[in-house]
Amino acid sequence: MVADLWKLYERMLFSRLFEGEVARLWRQGLISGEMHLGIGEEGIAAGVTAHLQDGDAMALDHRGTPQLLMRGIPPISLLKEFLGLPDGLCAGQGGHMHLFASEHLAASSGIVGASGPAAAGFALAARYLRPGKLSIGFFGEGAVNQGMLMESFNLAAIWKLPVLYVCKDSEWSIFTYSTRVSAGNPSERARSFGLAVLEVDGSDVEAVWAAAGEAVGKIRNGAGAYFLRARCFHPEGHFLGDQVVRFTRSPVKESLRMMPALINSLFKRGGAPIRSRLESLSIFLSDVARSSRANSQKTMDPLRNARRKLVNEPARLKEIELRVKREVAEVVSEALAGKERNQNA
Amino acid sequence: MRRMTFAGAIDDALGQAMSADPRIIIFGEDAPGIRRTLFVRFGKERVLGTPISESAFLGAAVAAAMGGLRPVVDMGLVDFLGVCIDALLNQASKVQAFSAGRWLVPLVVRCACGGGYGDGGQHEQSLWGWLAHIPGMAVVVPSNPADAGGLMLAALEHGTPVIFLEHKLLADYWLESLGSGGRKTVQYDIPAVGARGIVPNRWQPLPLGQAAILKEGSDLTMVSLGVSVHRCLQAAGELAERGVQSEVIDLRSVAPLDKQLVCASVAQSGRMLVVDEDYEGFGLSGELAAVVLQAGINFRYGRVCTQETIPYARDDEDIVLPNVQRILSASLKLLEN
Repeated sequence: MVADLWKLYERMLFSRLFEGEVARLWRQGLISGEMHLGIGEEGIAAGVTAHLQDGDAMALDHRGTPQLLMRGIPPISLLKEFLGLPDGLCAGQGGHMHLFASEHLAASSGIVGASGPAAAGFALAARYLRPGKLSIGFFGEGAVNQGMLMESFNLAAIWKLPVLYVCKDSEWSIFTYSTRVSAGNPSERARSFGLAVLEVDGSDVEAVWAAAGEAVGKIRNGAGAYFLRARCFHPEGHFLGDQVVRFTRSPVKESLRMMPALINSLFKRGGAPIRSRLESLSIFLSDVARSSRANSQKTMDPLRNARRKLVNEPARLKEIELRVKREVAEVVSEALAGKERNQNA
Repeated sequence: MRRMTFAGAIDDALGQAMSADPRIIIFGEDAPGIRRTLFVRFGKERVLGTPISESAFLGAAVAAAMGGLRPVVDMGLVDFLGVCIDALLNQASKVQAFSAGRWLVPLVVRCACGGGYGDGGQHEQSLWGWLAHIPGMAVVVPSNPADAGGLMLAALEHGTPVIFLEHKLLADYWLESLGSGGRKTVQYDIPAVGARGIVPNRWQPLPLGQAAILKEGSDLTMVSLGVSVHRCLQAAGELAERGVQSEVIDLRSVAPLDKQLVCASVAQSGRMLVVDEDYEGFGLSGELAAVVLQAGINFRYGRVCTQETIPYARDDEDIVLPNVQRILSASLKLLEN
């Protein structure tokens, strides 16, 4: 089997442009609360979901928009949900962190690590009710420090559940660099529970597709639980408005906002000796700097990497890109018209 | 006197206590970033970042407190306590009773709570009634900067576990992070006097369990806490224009509960309206009714609470959470003959 890169690219592109519009609407204030985008994870979402069938389940985290789009949830119902409309996917009651699509057996949670037990449970139900079907649990590498996720690995192993755990490794646990708070590494942990482990570059959608295909095929045949670790990069940080990302994009403005209080802390009476104060200030600033270096990184963009392999057919590429752009624009204008109708009603 | 934000006041009081007591340490997810002023001032040994491992670090905080430290744990949102409730339900709250009072857990758990910014039902709960239901824990819910700093100092001196809840509409850094970050296109109904105000130059502890009368009146007693206190004050102002004098009580802590002050006020007004952003069923609003009934007071009763899972859609959310309109209509109903 060979990956259909054109199809994967089109799915990733739709997701990317769709979420770009979500970001724009969020900045305009039309979407409330937090907004965690899957931008940067499209290679993982596309490579894994391409292998799913009716009856397979997905346990998603707070960043599940790409997977839902790629599983065939109508984009208009997702966008209307984000806009809080009564004809959104969850009638405006859930929002982007709490998306549920029962006909696709797709459930989200905004609680880090909660997709672990959920994926185990979907897999258990599949074994009894839908033999040959499986579940996927998506989470970030920060979640591997959650007890419930480790407990799920154990359950998946001892019950030999048909589940694929997908660790989307962005190297950042919210605003903390993951290696600062994690011992060992995620793959070793999964391996120690007896899960079969695969590692892949998440910005290479064909590699994800191949690894996920191998795992899914074996799981359907009763091989038990798999763990797929795929590296990725979030250009928007943890969520839209991420302070670290803002710091790197407008360092002067953000420094003026943040630094006076920190300088005050350096000299305030009572506290640690000046040497330790300078040390902690430098730790804070070096994490910001680390993130800013990461921000300049383009090589982890799954779309860019896929597109480079497709440029030898420029006409076909152009046709897809124009069409997807038009499709996304149509979804946006339909959703906004719905919002207007709702406000006038 | 100084002017401070709600969140600034809490960190300032905490800083005052930390410089006096080296046993106080802070830890939680992203704590060096979120508490960066304290991180710089007190260094990396006093402000520790944790993995996303609530069960482990809250559980460890309980025993660290038993071992002699004074941990202040940053839990993030109160909703996340669901991940690690054992540390509070079966450990921290039980030690004093199980050891016949010989061993205490001087622990403060800081959580952001409350809604009104469109983040959905898994990130906007209040849960103070659910927490105060457990014997052996104090639950504090300040409504303004001066109280918040004083209550933090009292929480640190309390000696037994205290859950310290900061409403996100009052704590600017939470709202900045969770809803408004980097955009100026969204507005929230932020009570100005709750989010920023005058605080003392040097903090004194404000004892837990002392409610405050924010407005005097003899026709109706409104009992509330957190952001809802400010909604009550606004409603009371509108009622005053119609000739109704309401008394507004800010509980400031759910446990211990200032039963005396509530009973005295209701005995005089004969009417109690509880305005509680937490869930209506089996919680604070029912408890207050029971307390006043047990005191043998005759009164009329009403409540404005959250009755269902908080919807994501902003318009729906504004209806589900206590608001001035709901307070007004519930008040007028209580005043009918």
